[in-house]
Amino acid sequence: MYVAVKGGEAAIEKAHRLLADRRRGDRSVPALSLEQIAGQLSLAVDRVMAEGSLYDPELAAMAVRQSRGDMIEAIFLIRAYRTTLPRFGATRPVETAAMRIERRVSATYKDIPGGQLLGSTFDYTHRLIDPAMAGDHPVEPGARRAVAEDAAYPRVTDILNGEGLIEPDIASDAEPGDLTRDPTGFPAGRDLRLQALARGDEGFLLSLGYSTQRGYGRTHPFVGEVRIGLVDLEIDLPELGFAVNIGAIRVTECQMVSQFKGGGQDGPRFTRGYGLVFGQSERKAMSMSLVDRALRADEFDENRAAPAQDEEFVLSHCDNVEATGFVEHLKLPHYVDFQAELDLLRMLRREHAAEKTAETDRQEAAE
Amino acid sequence: MTREHETSGRKRALDAMASMPADLLGERYGAIAKTAPQAIPVRGPEIGAVMVRGRIGGGGAPFNLGETSVTRATVKLGSGEVGHSIILGRDTEKARMVAHLDALGQITAWQAVIETDVVAPALALDAEARRQRAEETEATRVDFFTLVRGEDR
Repeated sequence: MYVAVKGGEAAIEKAHRLLADRRRGDRSVPALSLEQIAGQLSLAVDRVMAEGSLYDPELAAMAVRQSRGDMIEAIFLIRAYRTTLPRFGATRPVETAAMRIERRVSATYKDIPGGQLLGSTFDYTHRLIDPAMAGDHPVEPGARRAVAEDAAYPRVTDILNGEGLIEPDIASDAEPGDLTRDPTGFPAGRDLRLQALARGDEGFLLSLGYSTQRGYGRTHPFVGEVRIGLVDLEIDLPELGFAVNIGAIRVTECQMVSQFKGGGQDGPRFTRGYGLVFGQSERKAMSMSLVDRALRADEFDENRAAPAQDEEFVLSHCDNVEATGFVEHLKLPHYVDFQAELDLLRMLRREHAAEKTAETDRQEAAE
Repeated sequence: MTREHETSGRKRALDAMASMPADLLGERYGAIAKTAPQAIPVRGPEIGAVMVRGRIGGGGAPFNLGETSVTRATVKLGSGEVGHSIILGRDTEKARMVAHLDALGQITAWQAVIETDVVAPALALDAEARRQRAEETEATRVDFFTLVRGEDR
């Protein structure tokens, strides 16, 4: 018999005190400021905002500090916070075509109109640890070059669309589903899939995207375009009767151009996968676009055989807060569950031993 | 002033103030608030969230990308003008200042000073920040050139 016991409280309190101590670390070293985290670990902050599904750099920096740099813990903190906020409404859909570009590359068109703008990228670095990172050496500001008056950066899909070579966007102002408000059912619309992927775990989506490249749901992708930059957020204020610009946020968009499909009225043309995430994260945006395309298998009469094509599998497992909750709960007390298993196992072993004895007795009697 | 004109002026001011750094706005607002009619709080300032939407494929049907924190406020002047604000982030004081300035902006006597001391500098600062970012990005443009190939000689 198991009797409920208490006694953890004092230990938990001391554990949390120790956590605060270890988090602060050596007191002779200055504490991290939020400006340092948001300014110098900005990609960590971006990931916490994207997967926490709340754009707020200061809050994400606090979460990174509180979680000692444990990203999923920080994401969990942001998710918990966002549930406390009243929802005032929704923005107008962001215009990524009007993005203030900070990086923009195309792997399909060398001479893409608007040009290839590398921005601040790890690409082409040697991936060698820089000894300068051990110190605090002066750093040069970025170089500057005048921008042409008529500079424009059309999306690569708009360029290909001119020739009808690629499936177009179907313009619509339909009200999108919201998985934070309604339980997700299957099959899910592409709007809900993209919402789930945008807040999904970067590592999980990266591996799924990778699996499609290795042959598990092959889509033969090209990066039509990746762009990173600031987009304005506009919200309609009923009190005013017009839309106001409430500020700008940084997003990363990926247009993945995938294998063409033939037939139908429109003739053969490229298909597409789409990625859009908060902050600067082209790995996540690219992974998202690969998985988005793989999940469209039914639309293109593709055989759904690979994990990345299985929307129930992908959507049910891409959320790292749900995943960590269920995996990590295993370490919490399961004393009663386990005792029941023990009792059952002991009974089975007793029966097994009794059978064995009876068998031996029968054999001896036969001899 | 026509209704449309009024709306576009008000929107322009609200957009500009939303983009203004809180410390600079606070400084300019402080000078104006000394002599301006006081604001009576009507709603908030309150912190909440709005859902940011994207479009499928960039130009298709909307989808929910994720939320962002915002702060909104509504104030009223003794003379009846109502001012609103909604800004990105969780700065309640900034939201209150913007709402107060929005209310004051409806009084002709205050329009010039708000334009000169707040809206114009906010727009100039934003334009300069945009220009700097754009120029820094532009410096990373790839200028392709073709090497002369052997068989062309």
